[in-house]
Amino acid sequence: MQNENLTLKAEARNLNFFYGEHKALKGINMPIYDKKVTALIGPSGCGKSTYLRSFNRMHDLYPGNRYEGEIRFHPDNTNLLASEVDPIEVRMRVGMVFQKPNPFPKSIYENVAYGLRVRGENNKRVLDDKIEHALKGSALWEEVKDRLHDLASNLSGGQQQRLCIARALATDPELLLFDEPTSALDPIATGAIEELVHELKKRVTILIVTHNMQQAARVSDFTAYMYLGELVEFGKTDEIFIKPKDKRTEDYITGRMG
Amino acid sequence: MSDSQHLSSQFDEDLARLRTHVLQMGGLVETQVSAAIEAYTSGEVAVVKAIVDNDRKVNDLEKAIDDDCAHIIAKRQPAAYDLRLVLGISKIVTDLERAGDEAKKIAKGVQRIYENGHFPTQYGVGIRHIAEAALVMIRQSLDAFARRDVLQAQSVIKADKDVDVEFKSIIRQLITHMMEDPRTITTSIDIISIARAIERIGDHAKNVSEQVIFIVEGRDIRHLKEAAK
Repeated sequence: MQNENLTLKAEARNLNFFYGEHKALKGINMPIYDKKVTALIGPSGCGKSTYLRSFNRMHDLYPGNRYEGEIRFHPDNTNLLASEVDPIEVRMRVGMVFQKPNPFPKSIYENVAYGLRVRGENNKRVLDDKIEHALKGSALWEEVKDRLHDLASNLSGGQQQRLCIARALATDPELLLFDEPTSALDPIATGAIEELVHELKKRVTILIVTHNMQQAARVSDFTAYMYLGELVEFGKTDEIFIKPKDKRTEDYITGRMG
Repeated sequence: MSDSQHLSSQFDEDLARLRTHVLQMGGLVETQVSAAIEAYTSGEVAVVKAIVDNDRKVNDLEKAIDDDCAHIIAKRQPAAYDLRLVLGISKIVTDLERAGDEAKKIAKGVQRIYENGHFPTQYGVGIRHIAEAALVMIRQSLDAFARRDVLQAQSVIKADKDVDVEFKSIIRQLITHMMEDPRTITTSIDIISIARAIERIGDHAKNVSEQVIFIVEGRDIRHLKEAAK
């Protein structure tokens, strides 16, 4: 990878997170670069999903959860975790796609329109336009343009996942979070999502949690290896997978016992 | 580099077998080079024939090891040290196979000289010396691979310089010979090709050592200026 100018999109600063008494994230400091894909890898329970979910304040939904430290969001340098920052506003800027496709029990059209309607957008022409744009962005438009008002649950698993990506894209987020987006999909649908991630990074910054190391190697520009709530190593994906600096990273990506 | 075991013991076995095969192939090439040196002094036809026959075994091992590398990449998707090991081995066997080819060239050159009723030892005086040096380089580069020994690998790379210098001095010597007595030209040209083959063996040992450094440390030092190595 040649030297290029990297712009910070977000930045975790001394981030700690507690599920009640349990400290799940320990002093994470990490940059997220603009219009790049950053992969979070690590064994189950290492805190990668907890970290990912902090970016759109998902933990706020449960009592007893507590953040310490900051996630700075650029260019405006907002601390996403500050209590005066409205989580709804955060989620407009930071979209999320989950492990299992979870379309609403509505039509394809209404699924994508949902976030826009929540924002108060009801003009049909604007909605039509934005929905087409979002569905094209998620590479689903050609497959569904003639049946936009069919139920979303009639789509295949891979199509449903791309619908969820369209739904997340509709509000023009600046950062998209993917939590193991392909673990419930077959290899063909997985390939389509990976190709999509590659396309999407032209317009949006992406943070992706994956258990599939080869997927991390294929889709990401940067990789972070987490273990027991700590960030062990962060670096360019090319370097992490050929020449990691930390022995724990090496053991994990080469499939060795610690 | 990591010595701990993989979660898949099958993967450990695959990698261990791969390493063993490389060392077997290396051992065979070493024997070939040493036999070629022997043939140079003794001129024994049987030795020359054995070298030519054994070269086929070297070629077969190269293909078998490359095939194993492809299988490991397809089945295991190795990363980090494992990936460097598999990539490095795939390059090392190419160099070993070529070093084997050079041994065969030496043997055939020796055969031609003796068939013409000459004795090569009358001409290139330094040949035996440079050949021994190249043989040591091959041996040490294989040791460096077996022990993941970067220092050993670096000393082989340094030794290649000396072999190159000696090669040039042998050529100068032979040119003088040829000018003094044109009847020696045919044999001298055969000896030049033998010297060239020995010098190439040194180059291959150097390449193997460069791969050892890549495998162990992840540094690609090929085509770098001396200071950067």
